[in-house]
This record gives sequence, structure tokens and C-alpha cells, in this order.
Amino acid sequence: MKHLRSFALGMAALLATAGAMAAGADLGQAEKQATNWTAITMFAVFVAGTMFITKWAAAKTKSAADFYTGGGGITGFQNGLAIAGDYMSAASFLGISAAVMTSGFDGLIYSIGFLVGWPVVTFLMAERLRNLGKFTFADVAAFRFSQTPIRVFAASGTLVVVAFYLIAQMVGAGQLIKLLFGLDYMYAVVIVGVLMMVYVLFGGMTATTWVQIIKACLLLGGASFMAFMVMMQFGFSPEAMFAKAVEIKSALAAKPLVAEAMKGGMDQAAAETASAAKAAATGFSIMGPGSFVKDPISAISFGMALMFGTAGLPHILMRFFTVPNAKEARKSVLWATTWIGYFYILTFIIGFGAITFVLTNPQFLDAKGGLIGGGNMAAIHLANAVGGNVFLGFISAVAFATILAVVAGLTLSGASAVSHDIYATVIKNGKADSASELKVSRITTIALGIIAVALGIAFEKQNIAFMVSLAFAIAASANFPVLFLSVLWKGTTTRGAVIGGFLGLISSVVLTVLSASVWEAVLGNAKGSAPFPYTSPALFSMTIGFVGIWLFSILDNSDRAKEDRAGFLAQQVRSETGIGAAAASNH
Amino acid sequence: MQDDLVQRIANHPQYQELKAKRSRFGWWLTAAMMIVYYGFILLVAFNKEFLAQRLGDGVTTVGMPIGLAVILFTIAITGIYVRRANSEFDELTEQIKKAVLK
Repeated sequence: MKHLRSFALGMAALLATAGAMAAGADLGQAEKQATNWTAITMFAVFVAGTMFITKWAAAKTKSAADFYTGGGGITGFQNGLAIAGDYMSAASFLGISAAVMTSGFDGLIYSIGFLVGWPVVTFLMAERLRNLGKFTFADVAAFRFSQTPIRVFAASGTLVVVAFYLIAQMVGAGQLIKLLFGLDYMYAVVIVGVLMMVYVLFGGMTATTWVQIIKACLLLGGASFMAFMVMMQFGFSPEAMFAKAVEIKSALAAKPLVAEAMKGGMDQAAAETASAAKAAATGFSIMGPGSFVKDPISAISFGMALMFGTAGLPHILMRFFTVPNAKEARKSVLWATTWIGYFYILTFIIGFGAITFVLTNPQFLDAKGGLIGGGNMAAIHLANAVGGNVFLGFISAVAFATILAVVAGLTLSGASAVSHDIYATVIKNGKADSASELKVSRITTIALGIIAVALGIAFEKQNIAFMVSLAFAIAASANFPVLFLSVLWKGTTTRGAVIGGFLGLISSVVLTVLSASVWEAVLGNAKGSAPFPYTSPALFSMTIGFVGIWLFSILDNSDRAKEDRAGFLAQQVRSETGIGAAAASNH
Repeated sequence: MQDDLVQRIANHPQYQELKAKRSRFGWWLTAAMMIVYYGFILLVAFNKEFLAQRLGDGVTTVGMPIGLAVILFTIAITGIYVRRANSEFDELTEQIKKAVLK
């Protein structure tokens, strides 16, 4: 009984951290492994290839517009892959497959949450963003409003989201390099920082997009191969795969139960019979929902953060400005949704495959029966099991390349917010020339690179499990309501958008700090003492954001408010028809 | 954009048609996606036994095809929107452009 309880507690803890893993965050503390030269060589090949692309892209990056949008010549299909690449981070690959290996169906519930935001983005945002915006989502949010306050808000929203996401990625990179390459944490942080700076600095959006596309193809290809090999072992029968996994999980659950019963004086046969039913029930529990959803409010709140946060992530939104028109923008979300959905099906198969081929193989297990290198290694060990050492090297290199590509995208979006929103629009009043704007973007890129490395080092030993959920919650509570209401509700005013937006931003941060993942796990307060009892603040902070914008807009009787409302018709005509929209290809 | 052009487009019957059709379609599909996803989450929260029921004699549970169906539904509903928007709505937009931008 005691074992069962500690097992359940362990599962609950794992799922709590899984809360942040999938979108690219926490890989926990990892132990350094033996140096893996195959993986390092493959990664070096990837870097060499992407350097060529950067050189080619650098020749095309002459203006600020090239830097922000890659010249607008990216097709819907390519952009779809790049968006999918932004979303399929290392931790979503390793984290979701590990969650499936540990708790089966719960891993599926979790990945579904990350997918369902995409149709909402498609129906309500994608084409309107493309029609109204040029370089950043602030172009859209500030379309009919007083520029300075909205730009300052949007740049704050962007930088805060980017910062939390970046920290999570940098720390993840450091942990991964210990696991995958057997190198020190510091190496990872510096390698990621330097390479990312080279991509963004010289190749701008063109290089960032192509690095992301290549990585997405490698990751999808590698994961497809693994899922195929797993399914082949079971004659392509999901039932056979599930049956075997349940059998193994039951046997694993039986061991401690039998030992416990024998300590109580039973002989082995009697102990086995006595614990058989309980062990079988534990084994079968991976086929249905377990402890993932603690209470309905947490479930809905977390679901809202994922669903609407997707529509407020600055590094995702900026990708809609790289395609030539609304038609391609729509195609890109359809491709992105398809690839991401397919990827989650693959990680599900990989997780179940790991139960059969990793959990039963002593080569991958430590003395206590856990995975060597920690729970997140499920997919990595499976790569070794189905494809040998070379394929292991390949998957390790791809997992690391994934972090690099995501970090480059984040940095580019942070740099755009500073150079386009703050420098060109607020400081220079929209009169900055392209060359100086480009210079500011590059300086910001270097600054962000250095900050990212510093934060990566500072947070090495910290518990960062909450950071990606926080980034999603802020995106859903600050960026999304402002974008959504400014585009769809005539009554929104400058004052309403800025006050409501900041209320959403502040409340999501404050509620996260007051929740268990920071209050207890980071600040070290007693278990159960967190003032905010739910896992995600989005349900509350999003409401605060929306109500704040609405309330301060209807109370706003200033002259500016009249101008804001009068501007709605022209904005709506452009957002619906695209007439007058910036042609991404040659601003 | 000049004010008179905005007015001309805004008063154009096909613009009214486009706006109404697209917004109705978008909101219906959004509602459908919300119902499917939050329905699934509420099922997970309140009726775990239903999802953990066995389908037939094997170990495969009701939850497995339902989970897969939610993923496929998400892709399909996006496809449905993009298909209609890229044909019907874009044609309407083209007609409006032709009519007002002579």
C-alpha cells in the first residue's frame, strides 16, 4: 500500500511538471552522460548546413522588412512547417512521449490541449492579422489607436512572454546537452546563444524560418521512423501495442506489491495471487484518464491558457507576416495544424513503444528501475532500441537543434518588438529609415543573446517548470484580449486596451506566483499553503483582461476615444478584404 | 485608405455579404471546436469511468478512439474553414475589389 501511494505521488509530481514541459520547457535536473560523439558529429553537420543557409539568407537581408519578414516570399506550406517547428519543441517531443510512457492516456489529454488552439487562430485571427499587420502583432493591435501607449504595451507583452519562454529553452538546452551529448551545461548555453545570434543577426527572418523548416522536417522524419518501427513490431495493430503495454505495466506494478505481501509473511505464490488484481488494475490504468485533471476548474483554466495563448504568442504571430497574402496565411495554419496533430499522434505511439522496448530493457534502466538520465529520456532510449547507435545520435542532434531553432525565433520576435515598435514607432515617430531600424534590430539581437545566456546560467539550478505555462497564460490574458477586441469590437479605445491589457498581464503573473508551482516549488513555502489553488490562472486573468478592456473602454469619453471608434470602419474593411494591406514582398 | 473608398466598400452589398457569411461561419466553427474540446475535458473531469471502459474483449478503451477523433476533428475543422475561405470568400473579395478599385 505504501508503495502504491508513493507511486501515485510520484505520478502526480511528474504530471504537475508535465504541465510546463510540452511547449518547450522544463527538462528538470539531468545527470551528465558519457560523451556521445555520434550525436555531436550529427549536430555539427546540422550547424554546417544551417550556416550555408544563413550565408545565403544574409545576401537577401538588406532592409528592415527583409529582416522582419524574410521578404514575404515564404509560401503557405513552408510557413506551416515553420510554425509547426516553433511549436514542436524539444521538451514537447521528449516531455509528451515521457508523459505517455508514464501515464498513457493522460499524455494524450495533455497533447490535445496544445492542438485545439489552432482552429481558433485560423477562424478568428490568421487572415485578419495578415491583412492589418506588417511586421509585429503591435501593428495590428495599434491599427486605429494612439500608437505610443499601445506599442509600449505590446512590446512589454512580447518581451515578457519571450523572456519566460527563453529562460525555459536555455535551461532546457543546458540539461539536454548533459543528457544527449555528455557535455557540460555551460557549453549548451553558450553554443545556443552564439549560434542563435549568428542566424538572427545575419540571416534575419529568412534564416530563422529555414532553420525551423529543416528542423521540423528532421524531427517529423525521425519521429515517423520511430513510430513506424514500433507499430511494425506489433503488426500495425494498436490493440496489440496497448495489450503488451498493459501487461508490462501490470508486471511492474506487481513487483512492489508482491514484495510487500511477502514481508507480511505470505509465500510467493500466495502473495502473487493476492496482489494480482490490484497490479492488473494499475497496469490497465494507463488506458484511461488518471490524475491529470485534478479539478474541473484547473482543467478548464489550463485548457484556456493553451487554446488562447497560442493566439497571443508573439513569435508565432509574426510568422503570419512572412506570407504574401491572406490565402497563404490560412494555408499555413492548416499545414501547421496538420503537422502538429500528426506529431502528437507520433509521440503517443513513441510513448507506448517506450513502455515495451525501454522499460523492459535493463540496458536503459538504472539500479532503481528508473530510466538512465531521467524520465525525459524515453524517446531517446527508444531511438537506440529501434534504430541503434547512429539513429540515437541523429535523434539527439535533432532534439538539440530543435531548441536552437525555437530560441532563434523567440529572439527575432523580441528584437522586432524593440526595433519596430519601440525605436521606429515610439521614439522616431514612424520616421526611422530602414537602415537605422535594421541596425537597432541587430543591436537588440546581440543584447538579447547575451541576456539569454546570462539568464540560462542564472537559472541553471532553479525550478523553471512554471515558465512556459506562465508564458502561455500571459499571452492568453494580455496579448490575446487586446488583439481580439481591437480587431472585432468597435467600442475598444486606446485607454481601455492599454489598461485592460496590463491588468491581464499583471494578474496572470501575480496569480502564477501565488499558485503551487511558484509559491511552493520555487519559494519553498509549505505544501498546500499556496493562496491560489488552481494550476493555471488563465480562466481568471483572461476574464480580468477582457473585462478590463471593456470597462475602461465604455467609461472612456475622451476625444481620443471618439477617434478610436471612428477608425473602426476603415480597419474592418481592410481586415475583411485585405484592400490596402501591406504587400509583404516589397514594402 | 481614403474615406470615400472605405465608404464605397462598406456600402457594397457583396462586402456586407462577405462580412456576414464569414463571421457567422467562423463563430459556428469556433463554437463547435469549443464544444468538442471542453466536452472532452469535462468528460475527463466528471466521467473517467466512461472513457476507461473497454471496447470489446481487448484492452483498448473508449477513450482512445475518442482522443484520436478529437485530434482528427481539429485538423478537419481547420481544413473545412480554409477550403471555404480560400474559394468562396476569396472570390467575393475579388469581386468587391474589381467593383470598387476601377
